[in-house]
Amino acid sequence: MQQPETANLDPEEVRRFAEIADSWWDLNGPFRPLHQINPLRLTYIRDRLTEAFKRDASQGGSLEGLSILDIGCGGGLVCEPLRRLGASVTGIDPAEETIQVAKAHAAGAGLDIDYRATTAETLAERGEQFDAVLALEVVEHVHDVPAFIATLSTLVKPGGVMIASTINRTLKSYALAIVAAEYLLRWVPAGTHQWDRFVTTGELNAAFRAANLKPQDVTGMVYNPLADQWRLSSDSDVNYFAAAAKPA
Amino acid sequence: MQNRVMESSKLNGSRPPASTGRVDVAIAGGGFVGLTLALALAKLAPDGFRIAVIDGKPFEEAGKGDARASALSAASRNLLQVLEIWPAIAPYAEPITAIDITDSPLQESGPRPLFVGFDNELKDGEPGAYVVQNGPLLTALAKAAAAEPNIELIAPDTVSGFEAESYGIDIQLESGRHLRAALLVAADGRRSALREAAGIKIIGWTYPQTGIVTTVSHSVPHGGKAVQHFLPAGPFALLPLPENRTSIVWTEEADEADRIMALDDAGFLKELERRFGAQLGQLSLAGPRQSFPLSLHVARSFIGPRFALVGDAAHGVHPLAGQGLNIGLRDVAALTEILVEGARLGLEPGDQVLLQRYERWRRFDSAVSALAMDLVNRLFSNENATMRTMRDMGLSVLDRLAPVKRMLVREASGKTGAVPQLLKGKRP
Repeated sequence: MQQPETANLDPEEVRRFAEIADSWWDLNGPFRPLHQINPLRLTYIRDRLTEAFKRDASQGGSLEGLSILDIGCGGGLVCEPLRRLGASVTGIDPAEETIQVAKAHAAGAGLDIDYRATTAETLAERGEQFDAVLALEVVEHVHDVPAFIATLSTLVKPGGVMIASTINRTLKSYALAIVAAEYLLRWVPAGTHQWDRFVTTGELNAAFRAANLKPQDVTGMVYNPLADQWRLSSDSDVNYFAAAAKPA
Repeated sequence: MQNRVMESSKLNGSRPPASTGRVDVAIAGGGFVGLTLALALAKLAPDGFRIAVIDGKPFEEAGKGDARASALSAASRNLLQVLEIWPAIAPYAEPITAIDITDSPLQESGPRPLFVGFDNELKDGEPGAYVVQNGPLLTALAKAAAAEPNIELIAPDTVSGFEAESYGIDIQLESGRHLRAALLVAADGRRSALREAAGIKIIGWTYPQTGIVTTVSHSVPHGGKAVQHFLPAGPFALLPLPENRTSIVWTEEADEADRIMALDDAGFLKELERRFGAQLGQLSLAGPRQSFPLSLHVARSFIGPRFALVGDAAHGVHPLAGQGLNIGLRDVAALTEILVEGARLGLEPGDQVLLQRYERWRRFDSAVSALAMDLVNRLFSNENATMRTMRDMGLSVLDRLAPVKRMLVREASGKTGAVPQLLKGKRP
């Protein structure tokens, strides 16, 4: 397995995701929860970006001309819809196997997306910049969150936006994200998460500020087990999105 | 910092098509529900979905020779208004200003008025429902669809096979033509061939009742009042039409229905008058008599890979309140809202998570509607001794069943369940 340099990544975690790369687009496979929350993720991203770049969210090409970097893009569940909305999309993932799956799927769907098996650090060294940088369910998998956010900040153009989603470190998140999601409901493979790596909203916002990013919004994402549905909420105790802006 | 010019020349700035298919959505069946769905998706999707509608009969003949009438709820009218089809239909629509719902016995001086108004449910002066003849309604929809540049009407032709793949669904037509779509919708009616081909089973049963439909002219104006008369053999409904005519939906036990259908026109009218009372004056037949067996069904699943059921293909209710069309249009409104919202998120129409949302939204509601109609039919259309005794004592059971009455009225005006935007007259 060809591994790009991973300054801030746990090789064990990268290996674990690479093993299940083939199932990214299987709706009933290990990534089922990511498919289920995809409309909500896209809603949050689209609404933050159309707000920041003054676009009409009801139009089909609402992200036309914006460049977006998706870090930890996996099979491309978020990259593909953003491309359909008109954005120029770059997706990176440390696992080569995953990138191959993403490339094949985009080709089948007739979408031109720039997928690369690389890391945020490598892109930052090259000085690449984007209107928006996404780090969805990524920060809970890195060793040093403030250092990682500092790297991501250099990838955001002045006037651009950074959007992250992750899991809060609370007692409730321990019960729900680890015990329920991994062991009881088997939503994600056991061992996917380590609770002590979870990041509180305060810690993430502090990391944003330290990296010259202005925190703009924190929105929770909650699951209703009876309706089997996810929705955006002010309750950010477990899953949440956070957005920050880079001064122009 | 808007509209920054891309530095990276590697990426293509122009937007790819919304889906990989030649059309976004293929709809099998060009009836009310199929055509309304085609118009809604073509007009309301952000870039206008490209639609193909496939039907076994030429669209120029749509609506010809159909003597039946349908109740159209205020909610359904809202949908047709947003789609700008209502003006073409309005001349053929008679507003219902009140519904008499009664279970009083026959041969009194007409049904005992047990007025149930639509008030509190609707805006001032807004009719709760309309009665529209199927013919003009279907003709208007077919004309509007033919005029819509994003819709291709393919007829006469039928879907002979289909296969869902990762990036689209391949559709074979009887004529030998192939279509590729992101989503295939089955709007091919009660005995949906596509539903069967998809291996989706239905739950349902037939009633030992037959529905008789016809249209009559009468000398006394109906005043826009609908009548829902619960007779022991089954519900008997009068739906007011323009020009002093009334559409009749009449349920009878199967044997009795056969006898009535075998009568000559004079004998048939005599049977009608027995149930009608004298309130509408002199009656004469103004349309053919038709009869059909009654059944109820709900599909076990409303979706498959890149596949969805709408209208009668998904569910059929007891026609006692003439609600079949309205429930079908609720499918249209819900599916349109979900696919349009999806398109605004960059999700293609065949996205399975969107289809699951449609099923969750509609399947429960459809089952509730079907079972509610069934319950009412069972309560009132029987030889139940308790019910008969109460009727004989002159007690209206409906009088004591305010919640049932309210449910019937709400159902008639299409205001049950989580209401899609289109049914409120709003664009999704």
